[in-house]
Order: sequence, then C-alpha cells, then structure tokens
Amino acid sequence: MTVSPISTLGLRTLELVGHLGRVAMFLGHVGRVALKRPFRLRRLVNEVFDIGVLSLAIVCLSGATVGAVLGLQGYTTLSRFGAAGSLGAVVGLSLVRELGPVLSALLVTGRAGSAMAAEIASMVTTGQIDGLRMMSIDPVDFVIAPKALAMLLVLPMLSALFVTFGFFGGYVVGVELLGLDGGTYLSSLEGSIDFRDDVAQSIVKSVVFAALVGIIATYRGFHAEPTSAGVSAATTSTVVIASLAVLLFDYVITALWSV
Amino acid sequence: MDGGAADEFRVRFDGVHLRRGKRQVFDGLSCGFVRGQITVVLGGSGAGKTTMLRLIGGLSRPESGSVYVAEEDVTRLSERELFRTRSRIGMLFQGGALLDSMTIFENVALPLREHTRLSEQEIAAEVNRRLAAVALPDTGNLYPRELSGGMSRRAALARTIVTDPEIVLCDEPFSGLDPINVRRIEALLVDLNRRLGLTMIIASHHLASALRMADRIVFLVGGRAIAGTPEDLLRSSDQRVLEFLRADSDGPAETAPAAAAAVHA
Repeated sequence: MTVSPISTLGLRTLELVGHLGRVAMFLGHVGRVALKRPFRLRRLVNEVFDIGVLSLAIVCLSGATVGAVLGLQGYTTLSRFGAAGSLGAVVGLSLVRELGPVLSALLVTGRAGSAMAAEIASMVTTGQIDGLRMMSIDPVDFVIAPKALAMLLVLPMLSALFVTFGFFGGYVVGVELLGLDGGTYLSSLEGSIDFRDDVAQSIVKSVVFAALVGIIATYRGFHAEPTSAGVSAATTSTVVIASLAVLLFDYVITALWSV
Repeated sequence: MDGGAADEFRVRFDGVHLRRGKRQVFDGLSCGFVRGQITVVLGGSGAGKTTMLRLIGGLSRPESGSVYVAEEDVTRLSERELFRTRSRIGMLFQGGALLDSMTIFENVALPLREHTRLSEQEIAAEVNRRLAAVALPDTGNLYPRELSGGMSRRAALARTIVTDPEIVLCDEPFSGLDPINVRRIEALLVDLNRRLGLTMIIASHHLASALRMADRIVFLVGGRAIAGTPEDLLRSSDQRVLEFLRADSDGPAETAPAAAAAVHA
C-alpha cells in the first residue's frame, strides 16, 4: 500500500487538530482549578520566585545590552540623516512594541519554561504525578496550575523590566558615550510613546506570550513519555514550540493592532 | 482452586484484555482478592504485576473487561469519580513516589492536609506517630533524596497508610533492598494486615517473602492468573509455575529476572 503525500498531509493535519483540542482541554482544566479553592498561595509564591526572581539577572542584563546595541546602531544610522535627536524614539519604540515583550518571552522560555517542563516531566517519570493521583490529589491543581499562573504573573513584569533596562542601556550609549544631549534623548523617548498604541500593545503581547509559554511548558512536561528520553524531548520541544508560538503570535497581534 | 466466594472479593478482575504495543499483557485475566487477606501477585518480569496494580488504581485502563474495587467498576469511572474510589486505596509505588520538593514530614502530612480538617497540631501528632511506626522517627525534616532506599520505602509506606485506606497496593516493596530491610518491610506489612484487617495486594517477584507472608498467591503467566494458597502453588503441576519455582531455587537464575524486573518496572 502506498501512502500519497496528500493523505500524509491529511493525517498530519488531523493529528495537529487533535493535539490542539487536547491543549485546549488542558488549558480549560488549568483555568478551572486555578479559579477554584484551595488557592495554593504558598506554592504559587515559590513558583514566582523560581521563574521571576531567578530570571531577574538574565532579563535585566539582556535588556541593558539590547538597549545599548539599539543606541549604537540607531545613532550611526540616524546621524547620517542628521536625525540623531530622534534616538530616544527609535530605542523606545522598538523596545516597548517588539523587543521587550518578545525577547523577554524568549529568554524566560529558555531559562524558566524549559526548567518547568523538565521538572514536571521528571515527576511523571519518577511516578510522583501518579502518586498524587493515587492520593486523590489532582496533579493539575497541585503541580501545574501554580506554575502556569506564576508564569502569567511574572512574564509581563519581567518584560517591563527588560524595557526599562533597555532605555537605560540606550541612554548610556547615546548620551554618555556618543555625546547626545540627555534631555533630547529623554524627551524624544517620552514624546514618541503612546499609551494605547505602544504600551497597551506591549502589555497585551507579554500577557499572551506568558499564557503561551506557561501552557506549552506545562503541557509538554505533563504529557512526557515516562523515560529519560521523554524528559529531554519535553524540554527541547517546549523551547522550540514556545519560541515559535511567541514569534507567530507577535506577528498576529502586531497585525491586528494596526487594523 | 479459588477459595473465597465471589462476594468476599474486595477487588476483582473480570475478563481483562490489555495490550501494550505489540505485546498482549492480559488475555482474559480473571481473578479476585479477598477482603482482609494478603495476596501476593507473583510472575516474571513483564508478566503484568505493576500493570495489574495500576488497573486497580485506575491509572491505566484495559481494552476490555472490568476491574471491580468494592463492587464498583473502576474502568468505567471518570478521573473525578476515581478520586472517590481511590480514597479507599493506598498505593506504595516501587520508587516510593515521594514528592522530592517536600520534606518527609510534608510528604506524609500531604494526604491529611488535602483530605481532612485536622488542625496542624493533630496532623503533626499523626505524622510523627506514623513515622515512628515505620521506625523512622526524627526524619521528618529530611528530604527524600537524603534517605536510603529502604528508609524512603518505609517513609512512602507511612504516607500510603496515613489516611487508613482499606485496600493497600504495594508495587515491588522488596526490590533493591538488603535482607534485613526486606524482613523489616515484610513485618510492617503483615502487622498492618493483622492489626487493621487491611486488604493487601503485593506485586513481587520475591518468592521467599511471598511464601512467608501471603494468605493467597496470584501467579501471572501468559496474560492469565493462577490463584491459590501458597501450598497450592507449591503443589501445582503447572509447568510454568514449576519452572518459576525451580528457577528460584537455583539461586543465581533468580537474579536475572529480578534484575530485569527492577529495570523494567
């Protein structure tokens, strides 16, 4: 029997639809238990610490570096047109609209999303998840929901930090290093950023990215094969799928916003 | 060969078929576990001992057939309904399945915190009593990784029975333990059964301890069960049973399937 490319395509599509359906059901389950008592506050705080506090260094450092590079690149290009005074606008807009939410989501995916998937997957492998089930404790309620919720809370804040440190990086390069007037930089930055168009878009993006990363990481970990290869597959696929999802949704949100 | 009447069975398999990949694990498996007795499930590696326990707990589902726990068919229950049935069951997993992010105390306290309205003081008293009962006093503040294999097995046992389940499932409680720890766990299990009248189902390939502690033995072979008392088993004329017994008495031959079971479980 030969399988035509078309029927393979059909099979793959069906698999994808089935997968999306399971993710949606998983998402519903997580949402339901997150809103229901008991609210596992202590577990949530621990997760916020793991994802948030431990990601601070990488997010702040990356933000400052990206801001500095933007300052450098922007200054060279802008001064060719005699528009170096708009450096603040260039740095500000690119960070707020795109680089802040996108890069912080990608960084947190690599730093915390992968760790989350690996931890859950190894709990599956060592029988801890089944152990919870046998104690009549819903593992989605006990393990998954605090992690997903923590991601939802923390990523937007990290994204804001990334942006702030980016402004600072741009300032250091543009003003301190290249001699642009500090007031010009800041007023151009302030004048160009609109709340509805830029800041709101930034927040919406980082919330959507947080939901995506949180649900993809927990889903991949929770449905990992109970083997060591399963743990590594869950970790890898979390990073790959979550990164692609972030970039794809970034385009979609940007496109919808300008409609 | 089956002793007890059907209504005495607290757990019962009825025509269970299960396939794992290309391998037929259960091929019309039917057998029962009598209330208040210790039943040891024997069988070589891959005979389906662990799978049997997972079916009872509703962690796996068969392709066809029924598994009754307290007259309720767990194969037809939703995950939420299973939570009610599982409150009757305690399961001791082979690796212990203790949550490694929590201390031993928190692990044992977890079922009480989740399912009872006991105060923190009452919980502490109960947990310490259970830890003392498994000869692990003063380990409450340690994490599972800080315990030896035998100790974490006993801590897991304390967690399994802390809510006083009426049915206790043990998956290979002796594997990887030295003879002293084997005897210690054996004594704990027998004591629990005699004192509280628990129905115990123990999956093991450890023939000697099975013969010592079992009221009944279920021998899994070829996807079906041969059930009876330990004496029945020793008198059996079934070729496959004899082969298992003979391999065990040969000594070294026993370690091969045992090691394989430990790897596959």
